[in-house]
Amino acid sequence: MVNGILDYLWLVPALPLLGVVLNGAIALFAERPFLLADSHGGHGESSHGSSPRGTSPSASDAHSGSHSGSHHEAPAYRKLVAFIAPAVVGAAFVVALLCVLSLASRPADGRTFVQILFPWIQAGSLLVPAALQLDPLSSVMALVVTGVGFLIHVYSVGYMSHERAFARYFVFLNLFMFAMLILVLANNYLLMFVGWEGVGLCSYLLIGFWYEKQSASDAGKKAFVANRIGDFGVLLAMFLVFWTFGSLTYTEVFAKVPLLRESGVLTTGLATAITLLLFLGATGKSAQIPLYVWLPDAMEGPTPVSALIHAATMVTAGVYMVARSSALFLLAPDTMMVVAVIGAVTAIFSATIGICQTDIKRVLAYSTVSQLGYMFLACGVGAFTAAIFHLMTHAFFKALLFLGSGSVIHALSGEQDMQKMGGLRKYVPVTFATMFVATLAIAGIPGLSGFFSKDEILWQAFSSSLGSPVLWGLAALAAGITAFYMFRLVFLTFFGESRMDPEVEKHAHESPWTMTVPLTILAVLSVAGGWIGIPAVLGGSNLFEHWLAPVFHPVAAAGAAEGAVHHPAALEMWLMALSVAIALCGIGLAYFLYRVRTGKPAEIAKQWPTLYDVVYHKYYIDEFYDWAVIRRIVTFSNGLWEMFDALFIDGIVNGAADLVRAAGDRVRRLQGGVVGGYAFSLLAGAVLLVGYILYRSVVQ
Amino acid sequence: MIAPSAYLLLSAILFGIGVVGVVARKNVLIILMSVELMLNGVNVAFVAAGSYLGDAGGGVFAFMVMTVAAAEAAVGLALLIALYRLKETIDITELKVLKW
Repeated sequence: MVNGILDYLWLVPALPLLGVVLNGAIALFAERPFLLADSHGGHGESSHGSSPRGTSPSASDAHSGSHSGSHHEAPAYRKLVAFIAPAVVGAAFVVALLCVLSLASRPADGRTFVQILFPWIQAGSLLVPAALQLDPLSSVMALVVTGVGFLIHVYSVGYMSHERAFARYFVFLNLFMFAMLILVLANNYLLMFVGWEGVGLCSYLLIGFWYEKQSASDAGKKAFVANRIGDFGVLLAMFLVFWTFGSLTYTEVFAKVPLLRESGVLTTGLATAITLLLFLGATGKSAQIPLYVWLPDAMEGPTPVSALIHAATMVTAGVYMVARSSALFLLAPDTMMVVAVIGAVTAIFSATIGICQTDIKRVLAYSTVSQLGYMFLACGVGAFTAAIFHLMTHAFFKALLFLGSGSVIHALSGEQDMQKMGGLRKYVPVTFATMFVATLAIAGIPGLSGFFSKDEILWQAFSSSLGSPVLWGLAALAAGITAFYMFRLVFLTFFGESRMDPEVEKHAHESPWTMTVPLTILAVLSVAGGWIGIPAVLGGSNLFEHWLAPVFHPVAAAGAAEGAVHHPAALEMWLMALSVAIALCGIGLAYFLYRVRTGKPAEIAKQWPTLYDVVYHKYYIDEFYDWAVIRRIVTFSNGLWEMFDALFIDGIVNGAADLVRAAGDRVRRLQGGVVGGYAFSLLAGAVLLVGYILYRSVVQ
Repeated sequence: MIAPSAYLLLSAILFGIGVVGVVARKNVLIILMSVELMLNGVNVAFVAAGSYLGDAGGGVFAFMVMTVAAAEAAVGLALLIALYRLKETIDITELKVLKW
């Protein structure tokens, strides 16, 4: 016990795994028989409790009848699941917090703790242990994942209270926590990849949670396939890393970088290849151009899943991986430029799509894609600290926005179309207040978490030696659009006249405490979460940067920071003021269009019908992919089937059969059925054998 | 004393007659008898060799072969009767259904 609490680091992923086992047993042995008996019995309220089927066609999270509170014969196992699932994650958070505090008490250069659990793969020179690594970077990730994860688990207990497959849901959610913690705590690329695939699987399972609905199961498949393309890049990158460094362990790989760089083994071209392939994986997992298309469709899943997996944690795995591999990325300026440009373009591209969406969750989905673009922009200009900082604050306010939208959907019995909302402020006051805070945070209002992290990225995009004013311009414009569509969302949902169905309005209600308490905590974090990273220019100490410095600084010092020009503090202040002004313009425009002149948006849409149509249909990217990629693959596959499979493969198989048949047809004549013939061949054989033996003995 | 080669010659002649009977005759009964002839040809060789070498093993083997031959004859004749009841013939060239 030399390391104190750190020796219990393994508990952090192990606790959610325990939850998987316990809840899995409950789901299999208690819930499944119950549901099977239920569907045969066919009692009247089953369409009530079960979410997607029936009631309202546009609603994926139908919560019809939530108001009535009629928990008809809620079986006892549900209470057990509702306790176990959040409890294990909460315990994991406590252990992680204690571990991080213990780590923080060490000197700054000794803050890397590796716990080897068991040797995993030993094949030739490939030695991969199952080992966990806690350092400043993974501790930020572990705290965000377990902390936000715990709040979302608690929220889910309330949100899914009418769901029939209650235990199945929490099994998947716990499994996701386990995989995500393996991903962030692994000490080598291969174990990280296990977590990487694990979260992909859980994402698939949870997007398609209501698999009886066609669109939900399609969305799950789409997410999985899009991620496979990225995973292929990660695999190739891992092969290259092993080929170059002879190891997959982070510390060993990054320690060898300067040596191999000097000896000329690690050329810039090789580094570019490795990092581009890693980034391909990141575009899949983190929904960047060109593989972002799965994320908006992933909104078919339950809303807490969107909050946990598709906003706060899993989609940031790509950012984490890029930041983790920063030592390699800094060697490849071409890759850095690709990362920065893709990040900036994604940020502005998906922000514009967000303007015209009417589904509340889809707006948030495009917003997530856009914010992830910011993080990659930061990575691309070498500001990895800013990327991780924004990752953390984004986890707070975007999880809050999703959970808030879930609360709205819950209140409106499953309605997700913002055109059928309005004036909800007085029905769901807590949800409104917390969501408004999150909206201020994402819009970049000074003092809130989003302001500090976003501004850090904007400043780095401008001032870093890898940055440029163009990247700053794109990002600042995207920030303005973000402010606009987020306030559009708030105005359409909470302000103005009610456009709700009278029937729905009658039942509109605030959510139970299990949902509002997580909302409130996340709101506090959305405000205060940025205070640990207040930049020096505003009189802050930027604790966050100091905390992450041991991970990024040695490499950053050798790479980008070297050529950094020192900009005057006044410039930083001016740019900050400018970005705030842009955000305020966005808010003002939203206020003008959706509060003052509410008829104006429709007029604008009518004035430029083509533009509106293109943006409304998400630039027809899905249709383009369908035409350019999917159809081609289908045609090609059909060709292979008809040409290669039907002619060549079947030819070999049938040819072999024909050959045997033809040979048999000739050989069968020997078997005439006449016993005398057999006896004669027997005799002939015996004579030949004896003759041979005699011949041999005579010759010798 | 008769030379051992004479016994072996007798054995070979008996065996050869048996072989010709088995291959050439059509009547199953005759074929069975020919098989007995072959076996007894071998018996002669066994007994002769045992006597020549002063080893009781040759005689023991001859008795062994006789016992098996008796059993074989019993089973063979039973099969023959069953066959005759079914086909009303014991001509081996008529019995050729076992082919593809």
